[in-house]
Amino acid sequence: MSRPRFIRRRCLKAIVVGASAGGVQALDTLLSLLPADLQVPLVIVQHIHPAEDDGLAGVFAHRCPLVIKDAEDKEEIRAGTVYFAPPDYHLLIERAGTFALSVDEKVNYARPSVDVLFESAAHVWHSQLLAIVLTGANNDGAQGIRVVKACGGTTIAQDPATAPYAAMPQAAIDTGALDRVLSLEGIGEFIRTRLRSMKS
Amino acid sequence: MHKDEIEGIEINLLLEAIQQRYGYDFRNYARASMERRIRQLCRSIGCHRLSEMIPQLLHDDSFLEGMIREFSITVTDMFRDPFVYRCIRQQVVPMLKTYPYIKVWLAGCATGEEVYSMAILLQEEGLYERSIIYATDFNDIALEQAKEGVCQPGRLSDFSDNYRQAGGSGSLSDYYQISEEGCVFKADLKKNITFANHNLVTDSVFGEMQLIVCRNVLIYFDKTLQERVLKLFRDSLAFGGFLCLGSRESLRFSTMENDMRVLDEQAKVYQKKVP
Ligand SMILES: C[S@@+](CC[C@H](N)C(=O)[O-])C[C@H]1O[C@@H](n2cnc3c(N)ncnc32)[C@H](O)[C@@H]1O
Repeated sequence: MSRPRFIRRRCLKAIVVGASAGGVQALDTLLSLLPADLQVPLVIVQHIHPAEDDGLAGVFAHRCPLVIKDAEDKEEIRAGTVYFAPPDYHLLIERAGTFALSVDEKVNYARPSVDVLFESAAHVWHSQLLAIVLTGANNDGAQGIRVVKACGGTTIAQDPATAPYAAMPQAAIDTGALDRVLSLEGIGEFIRTRLRSMKS
Repeated sequence: MHKDEIEGIEINLLLEAIQQRYGYDFRNYARASMERRIRQLCRSIGCHRLSEMIPQLLHDDSFLEGMIREFSITVTDMFRDPFVYRCIRQQVVPMLKTYPYIKVWLAGCATGEEVYSMAILLQEEGLYERSIIYATDFNDIALEQAKEGVCQPGRLSDFSDNYRQAGGSGSLSDYYQISEEGCVFKADLKKNITFANHNLVTDSVFGEMQLIVCRNVLIYFDKTLQERVLKLFRDSLAFGGFLCLGSRESLRFSTMENDMRVLDEQAKVYQKKVP
């Protein structure tokens, strides 16, 4: 690998995370492992029943020092902020660095779908994207991981042995397109290291 | 140049071709979901490059139909977001009752579920007889389906739940008949509905409305187009008339903010100010 590419790859622009069953707990842990001065945006799809229309941002807001909110249509994406896809909408990334929402058909029986977020993020952030698949009982996110990898991004899945629901991280592993398989603590450590290396 | 940038050019050219050849203008649609659907279409018809679709599109009329079907997302429900209908019952209906007759415009009505939901609401509130509902979309296939008013039996249990949560006073089954095709909405629910093709990008004001409902359409547009369409709605509303947007859409940051007041922040219901 040539040096300039390495430097570019080391620089991170955004983190995207997909989670389903068991995800609320896992995210709670993961968010607590993040540095308070997160230099990138963190964008999360957590599957949730559409009737729980209060959204997830409220659930986490008081447990983490970072700004946590529901992503809004056309909103500018900011570093240091944690965004959740609103229930019953797909969340996509525009090239201009803004969010877009859609009510397109469900993908993998899910809206929001992890694949939809990951794929659109991959086409915007390319090698500067980190994509993470956490616990879940379906295979949403696997296709997204393939696309992230094909666009040069970094891909991680939660170690299925440590996930309450192994199917989703396992499906991601089965794509053969993963860089790392880690525990939640390992993922936290990976993010912190990667961000530290950007500062130096 | 990065592959994605080249694809960006291909998509620009494709949208330009559609506009010049057929007059449909998708150039100001929100790009990310547009790109997703163009890539999907490309894959499903076995093209290797997005631009390979351009000659097909230019020389084969029928190709456009498939494309419009792909670009026009007609996903919809009856009484989607029931709290919105509750808000309309509680906050909008009392004011509508003061009018001798009412014009309601449902823009981007897709396959009609929202139209029949509104017709039921107006009937239960005793307003239907003096209402005209204009139900418009730019997708003729969806409009045709909307006109037929057939509902798949498999979806009825969800719709009935929504109907009850939306404050329905009877039973959803009061409003349809079971036939071979499925459940068909009754004729007296249809009689004051006019279905028509109207393209929000290129067509203009066609009447003065007391209520405009346009939900989950603006998210598909970029800011420029959103602004144009919101202006169209403002100009179509009577003073004191109401606008209802999708739950994740709003007038915030739009220049229309000064002309409208917020009636219900959560249900996204606005009222045009009286000068
Ligand atoms: C997701 S559906 C929304 C259906 C319904 N309003 C709801 O919220 O359940 C979006 C609709 O907008 C229509 N649409 C998209 N662009 C349009 C345009 N330029 N003019 C009119 N309708 C348009 C599509 O054909 C589709 O039926």
